[in-house]
Amino acid sequence: MAIYDIKEAKPAPINNRGLVFWLRKNLFSDIKNSLLSLFCIYFLFITVPPALDWLIFSATWSGSQEDIVKDGARWIFIIEKFDQFIYGFYPENLHWRPLFVAALTVAFVASVKLLNNIKLKIVIILLYPFVSIVFIHGGLFGLETVETNKWGGLMLTVIVAAVGIIASFPIGILLALGRQSNMPIVKTLCVGFIEFVRGVPLITILFMASVVLPLFFHDGIDFDKLLRALIGITLFQAAYIAEVVRGGLQAIPKGQYEASESLGLSYWQGMILIILPQALKISIPNLVGSFISLFKDTTLVLIIGLFDILAMVTLTNSDSNWLGYEVEGYVFVTFIYWIFCFSMSQYSKSVERRFNTELK
Amino acid sequence: MSNPPNTPTSSVSFFNNPKNRAIIFQVLALGFVVFLAYYFANNMFANIEARGIETGFSFLDQVAGFGISQTLVAYDDGSSTYSRVFLVGVLNTLLVSGIAIFFTTILGLLIGIGRLSNNFLVAKLSMVYVETFRNIPILLQILFWYNVVLAALPSPRQSLSYFGEYFLNNRGFLMPRPIMEDNSGYILAALILACIGVFFLARWAIKRHDDTGEEFPIFTVGGAIILLAPVLVYFVAGQPISSEIPELKGFNFKGGWVIIPELLALAFALSIYTATYIAEAVRAGIESVPKGQKEAANSLGLKEHVILRKVILPQALRVIIPPVINQYLNLVKNSSLATAIGYPEIVTLFSGTTLNQVGQAIEIILMTMAVYLLFSIVISLLLNWINAKMEIKGR
Repeated sequence: MAIYDIKEAKPAPINNRGLVFWLRKNLFSDIKNSLLSLFCIYFLFITVPPALDWLIFSATWSGSQEDIVKDGARWIFIIEKFDQFIYGFYPENLHWRPLFVAALTVAFVASVKLLNNIKLKIVIILLYPFVSIVFIHGGLFGLETVETNKWGGLMLTVIVAAVGIIASFPIGILLALGRQSNMPIVKTLCVGFIEFVRGVPLITILFMASVVLPLFFHDGIDFDKLLRALIGITLFQAAYIAEVVRGGLQAIPKGQYEASESLGLSYWQGMILIILPQALKISIPNLVGSFISLFKDTTLVLIIGLFDILAMVTLTNSDSNWLGYEVEGYVFVTFIYWIFCFSMSQYSKSVERRFNTELK
Repeated sequence: MSNPPNTPTSSVSFFNNPKNRAIIFQVLALGFVVFLAYYFANNMFANIEARGIETGFSFLDQVAGFGISQTLVAYDDGSSTYSRVFLVGVLNTLLVSGIAIFFTTILGLLIGIGRLSNNFLVAKLSMVYVETFRNIPILLQILFWYNVVLAALPSPRQSLSYFGEYFLNNRGFLMPRPIMEDNSGYILAALILACIGVFFLARWAIKRHDDTGEEFPIFTVGGAIILLAPVLVYFVAGQPISSEIPELKGFNFKGGWVIIPELLALAFALSIYTATYIAEAVRAGIESVPKGQKEAANSLGLKEHVILRKVILPQALRVIIPPVINQYLNLVKNSSLATAIGYPEIVTLFSGTTLNQVGQAIEIILMTMAVYLLFSIVISLLLNWINAKMEIKGR
């Protein structure tokens, strides 16, 4: 019996591999493609090198204003105003407090993910917002009070986004359940609210919250500007969350509802134990999507006079020693937003991909 | 002997009966909402009275007395009323939305198709475009175009000039204004007649195709008729349209059409931002058509453009159109951010200037919201109509 050695597979034919083949297949397959490719290369050639040059190679990274000799970006402006971009007018000696809350947030997320004890989890979830507010606002336990008109910069942006997300979530779920319920009055109220809010731009709701809301309460009750904006944003976001959650609720097979009823569970037991965990899980990608929109929408608070990170661009440029640095400011803020939004959208895509494989 | 069957209701107490509970719960919910509304309204009237603010819509007849940088209808600083301001604002909102929707559709379509291109560079560049502009807040983009790009344009005396008739400077974009002379009405009439004619021609072509299977090049012929008829009439009627070219007089231009920089920045930012969403919708729509459809059409021997027009597009459009229309609505709502750069649309003029002058916050903000609600309702009715029309029939 002859014994044959296993031979190495022959490489692919020379005209089917290598750089030249790749180029020919992907860039120059026919005349139309070649022209398009040439156009793209030309476009990249005229945009990328100057942009990189301005951003990095010719940029001024350190020193003072006198050191600016090159005509690239003057990042020393950002470095000089960095604290203001991050904290706004928050007193400099108290910057550790927002930083501490940021660290607390990381610990909070980690503990919620890792802990198994459900009661401990609930305690932590209820305590976290309270502790954060106390640390940032102060006024309790001997911490110095920092009024909200001193909050600003990235800190304010993140606070507005975080409060909007956390507070709108339960309201949104209730609205979604109301919209799905069989009770005509509750359903009408919920549908009316959701469709009204989704039909108008956020800026009109913010105007409503900042101008009309104070009229709704007794003279004694005084809302500060930030709180009004937060109420407006929360109500706005709740309507969008409600629609996302409704999508999740509708995707749950009817058998799940019937099964929970046949087990003798009450409406709330069935919802909390059976339906919502499944519905929320499949809505995660869309929920993240709506959080991204909210994060981008927080910029609108500058129109009603709060100083978020975008408003800081104009504000830092009104310093008579540092005039005319708008471009650097906008590019820096763009970069910050882009990082936040892009990473969130990548996260939502990865969740989506994970679900897709689970379903198959 | 027959025992009546135990009906569940008889053994369940009143409060445990789901029907009764539903009624009680709803009454409570309604009561809560009514109470809240009563409480708010009560406080509101007390506060309004205490602050001496007027109520009602009589302010609409008062003279506004402020200037507006762009008006599509006759408006006069000295004599026009607040209701005219409202109209000007709505029209300016519609104008910027219309312009932006036009450009964003073209751009979004190109980028969406580009993402599916076989060409590596085109696909990657389209992806970079989408991922970049989608993740930057629209307000930031508007401010950037307005405060950085347009502010860096030269002054009127050093304007960038194109063909000697179009000028770009920091006061806006100037272009020749067509002047309609006596016989120019005929051109419009010719255009309308051509459109009607092409409509009937298309119906005939479809019917003939259904009956005999013969194709009629309706797009080429129809396009030619619509284009050529007005041009022909233009020459026959003795060229009744002339143009007024903007001219530099002193420090600024006189004459011509001026597109104010606020409109440019807003239209630009809205188009670029919304195009990313439209591109994604287009891509998803085309990807939703199963590959087998194209292969089957290929194996039937259909030509490439016929496959696109008769097999791929009809199926893809069903998926593409609803999200795209939603994006149009978002664009209209986002145009309200114009208030940050002072483009005179409804929010700037009404919730901004008018509110500051009149102080009747509730009426003014509700009127502004009503405008957007109206747009939303119109667009969702349109969407429902399209969905009903495009529903797959016979299933």
